[in-house]
Amino acid sequence: MALDVLIVDDSAAIRKILQRVLVQADVTLGSVYEASDGQEALDRLKQARVGLILSDINMPNMDGLEFLGRIRADAAWKDVPVLMITTEGSQNKVMQALQLGANGYVKKPFTADQIKEKLAGIL
Amino acid sequence: MRAATEDVFQTMLMVPIEREPSFQEQAASQSFDGVIAFVGLAGPWAGSGRIACSPALACRISGSLLSCEFAAVTEEVLDAIGEITNMIVGGIKTALEDELGPMGLSIPTVIFGRNYQTRASGATNWIVAPYRCESESFDVRLCLVPHLQVAAHRLETAGSSV
Repeated sequence: MALDVLIVDDSAAIRKILQRVLVQADVTLGSVYEASDGQEALDRLKQARVGLILSDINMPNMDGLEFLGRIRADAAWKDVPVLMITTEGSQNKVMQALQLGANGYVKKPFTADQIKEKLAGIL
Repeated sequence: MRAATEDVFQTMLMVPIEREPSFQEQAASQSFDGVIAFVGLAGPWAGSGRIACSPALACRISGSLLSCEFAAVTEEVLDAIGEITNMIVGGIKTALEDELGPMGLSIPTVIFGRNYQTRASGATNWIVAPYRCESESFDVRLCLVPHLQVAAHRLETAGSSV
């Protein structure tokens, strides 16, 4: 079944790479939505249902942790799988994201195999 | 710095690079042609990390990151270089935080042009890690000072202009 995905990252390059990596990870993609910060991501979610969210942490306007907290507080989105993909590698940030409700965490730089492995555990 | 740089190049770029000897440099102003990307660091220690390369190399490594070719520096190339810098400086930050305490990362700033000058505030020592990549050179630079030193310099500068 095709999976609709929301990719949230302020880098257009990373958003493009993640689309490619999802295909390499054998994910059958449906619609792919993009957002460059947490606020834009929230706006996208008002218009679309998705089955997976990939999100960076360090973004302008609204960062990934605030975005994660907001969607987990919303009944419509509290159960959607969220994989954080970020340069933030400190144990503190990892714990913060997991406590806020992230299903997984991948540190940049990443390989397609790392993404695949994480997705296998959360989808 | 070396580990973070090589991790990015090996993991996501698949472009071979060779180390050249590291050095320290105290530089208030530099003249440059090409692409420079900065990411700021803030916390108990503050400063910035920087990558500098030629336009041709920027196109090469961006193309490798995005699996396409770039004949010239475009918005896509600048974005890619910004993200590569973000990943390298992010890796440096993660490695240093155990010793120096938590630090925040800024959004990358990327500059492209000819014959422009850059200047870092204060008497800053940069640690420079140069590399060869195919027939080109690039370097990764890091400048970090204790936060109180940054604040003291700013007070001194502000006081002199009042």
